[in-house]
Amino acid sequence: MCAKNIVRVSGVTKDFDLGKIVVNVLKGIDLEIETGMYISIMGPSGSGKSTLFNMIGGLDKPTSGKVFIDEVDIAQLDAYELAWLRCRKIGYIFQTFNLIPVMTALENVTLPMTFAGTPNDAAVDRGMELLKLVGLDGRHSHKPSELSGGQQQRVAVARALANNPSIILADEPTGNLDLKTGEDVIELLKQMSKERDVTVISATHDYKMLNVSDQVVWIRDGRVDKIQNREELDITTGGLAKAE
Amino acid sequence: MKRLVALPFSKSLEIAYKSIRVRFFRSLITTLSLVLAVSFLCYTQTSNNYAESMLLSGGQQVIEQLQAIGYDVNVGDTSLTASPKQRWLIFLSLLVCIVGIINAQLMSVTERFREIGTMKCLGALDRFIVRIFILEAGFQGLAGAASGAILGAFVAIMSGLFRFGLRSFSLLIWTDIFTTVLFAVLIGTGLSLLGVLYPALLAARMQPVEAMRVDQ
Repeated sequence: MCAKNIVRVSGVTKDFDLGKIVVNVLKGIDLEIETGMYISIMGPSGSGKSTLFNMIGGLDKPTSGKVFIDEVDIAQLDAYELAWLRCRKIGYIFQTFNLIPVMTALENVTLPMTFAGTPNDAAVDRGMELLKLVGLDGRHSHKPSELSGGQQQRVAVARALANNPSIILADEPTGNLDLKTGEDVIELLKQMSKERDVTVISATHDYKMLNVSDQVVWIRDGRVDKIQNREELDITTGGLAKAE
Repeated sequence: MKRLVALPFSKSLEIAYKSIRVRFFRSLITTLSLVLAVSFLCYTQTSNNYAESMLLSGGQQVIEQLQAIGYDVNVGDTSLTASPKQRWLIFLSLLVCIVGIINAQLMSVTERFREIGTMKCLGALDRFIVRIFILEAGFQGLAGAASGAILGAFVAIMSGLFRFGLRSFSLLIWTDIFTTVLFAVLIGTGLSLLGVLYPALLAARMQPVEAMRVDQ
C-alpha cells in the first residue's frame, strides 16, 4: 500500500517525574497512521492512551523518541509553528467539550478561523455552514450553557473542522454523552472522515467506536498491544456479541 | 506560505469586552478597590488644589483659615504640597489596591485555566492570551480610575465649598483640578495594568496539557 503516513510515532517514551518516583507512562511506542483512516486507540484507563494522544497532538513533548506529523518532527517546531500546526493541521475534540463558555456557538466555531487569519465575513459564513453540517442551524447564537451535552459536542466537532484540518484528534469524545448522542457524534465523525478524507484518531474505551473504525490500536501498560484492521475486528465484536 | 497565526486587534478587543460583560459582577468587585484607592488619591490632591486656589486669591484671613484646617502654610507661600502623612496614606492605599488587583486577577486566571488551554489548542500564541488579559485590565482600570477620580474630585470640591463658602467656587483654578483628575486616571489605569502583568504571564506560559488536566 502506498498511502501516505500522516502521523508517525517512533520509539516514544514518556516519564512523569512525581518527585519521589518516576512513572514510565509510555514505554516505547511505534505507530504509523495512514491518511484518511479512522483510528481508535483503545486501552484501559491508566494505559497511557491519553498521554500518547497528547503527544500526537503536540500538546506534550515526549521524553524520548519522535512524533512526526506530515513527516515533520514536531519537537523541532518553534512556538509559532506549533501554534500554526494546532490551528491549521489538527482539530481537537475533548471529552469535556471545552467550548469557550463566554462565546456563542458560532463564535466558538469561528475562533480557530480568526487565528488562521480568515476574514470575519468568510469565517461567519463558513461557521454557519459547519453548524448546519452538524445539525445545529438556528442554534448559532446560543452559549454553551444553553446547549445540551450532545449539542455542545457537535459544536466542538464543527470547531475542529473549522480550518479543514488533516487530522482530528478526539479524546474520548463520547465519554460524557449518553448512548444515543454518543452514537450520533461517532456517526458524524465517521461521515466527516469519509467525505473530507480527514484522519480521525480517537482515544476511547467506548466499544461503539469499534464498528466505525478502520483500525484499532490497543494500548496496554504503555506499549502497543496489537493493531487490528477492520476485517479482524468484525470477528472480535461478533465474539463479544456472542459472549453477551 | 507563511506559517503564522494571527489575532486582529479588534477581535482581541471584542473578546476582552465580552469576557468583562459576562463576568460583570466579578469585574465590578475587582474594579471597586481601584475606584476607592483612586478616589482617595484624587480627593487629597484636589483638596490641595482647592486650598492652593484659596491661598493665591486671599490674604491673611485665608491663611489663618487654612492653618486652622491643618494646612502647613505661612504668609508669602504660593503653593501647597501634600504633607508627608498624606503621601504615606496615598502610597499605602495604592499598595493595598494593587495587591487586591493581583489577587483578583490571579483568581480570574485560575478560573479560566481551561478556557486558556482550549484557546492554545486552537492555535493561540502566548501573546494573544497576554493581550486579552491586558486589554481587560485596561478597560477595568480606565473605567474604575475614571469613576474614582471623578468621585474624588467631586467630593473634594463639595467639601471645599462647605469649608470656604460658595464665594470660593469662582476662585478655583480648573486647569489644576483637571490635571489632577487626569493624573489620577493615569495612575489608576497604570496600577490595573501592573496588577495583571504577573497573572497574565502565568496564564500565557501554561502548557495546554496542564490546563486540560485541571478538573472543573
